[in-house]
Amino acid sequence: METDWLWGLIGGGIIGLGGAVYLLGNGRIMGASGIVGGLVDGLADGSDRKIALERLMFLAGVVLLPLLLQRFSSTQASTHMTDNVILIVSAGLLVGIGTRIANGCTSGHGVCGISRLSLRGLIATVFYILAGGLTLAIFRHGLGLI
Amino acid sequence: MRLFLSFLAGGLFGTGLFLSGMTDTTKVQGWLDVFGDWDPTLAFVMGGAILPMFFAWRLTEGRKPLAGGKFPTPSNQELDRRLIVGSAMFGIGWGLVGLCPGPVIASISYNGWGGVWFLAAMLAGMAAAPKFGIQLDRLMTKA
Repeated sequence: METDWLWGLIGGGIIGLGGAVYLLGNGRIMGASGIVGGLVDGLADGSDRKIALERLMFLAGVVLLPLLLQRFSSTQASTHMTDNVILIVSAGLLVGIGTRIANGCTSGHGVCGISRLSLRGLIATVFYILAGGLTLAIFRHGLGLI
Repeated sequence: MRLFLSFLAGGLFGTGLFLSGMTDTTKVQGWLDVFGDWDPTLAFVMGGAILPMFFAWRLTEGRKPLAGGKFPTPSNQELDRRLIVGSAMFGIGWGLVGLCPGPVIASISYNGWGGVWFLAAMLAGMAAAPKFGIQLDRLMTKA
């Protein structure tokens, strides 16, 4: 627990490096919702297959490297996720619609947007953190539901 | 080259999420829970990720991407209602379960069925988003 902030900083730095590789290498912005959402859109209208393949490779990396790391390290990831399916599905829908409408999430607006000194990125980040904080205040401390 | 760099970038992203603990929903909810047992870890993750990206943006000036093409230019600078309403919706969902799009993908391999349900709902939401956006615009222009 005392070293959580340090692992946060190290992990964050590696996330930023990933974003730098994607930007400087491929000229793309590393946004998780944009990459996943772009694939969803692509399935609908069959747009550029090259970009779709790049996005798939990105996602393969996201899934496979932590899986390998877990295999060779003693650290096991715990998620502590709720088992309330109604809650999970409602949250998933909100995250899916919200990130597509706002055109970004924590990685796109938060990491890539703020580092570019983009006002849009900053405003989006402020609003989703405020909304998240309010949600916990209401649903955890007000209603005791989560 | 492009595909390898995509895989590498994704791998670093997933590794960073794993090491920082961002796939653990209690850490994310802990950050948002200012009235409870507040956990500042997420601020360090954000800060740690923004720093290399800040320098990466500096390096794009007057250059081209390694694998060819062009660097993205900010197309939409508008602070519109889609940005605000969408971000707020995302924030509510993020707070309810403690997952956002990156970590839910990264945790597919160890999240059990909960992660799959979340991912399925998220994909459905993403597919429905364009229609929702049009409705939102219509609603707002009437009001």
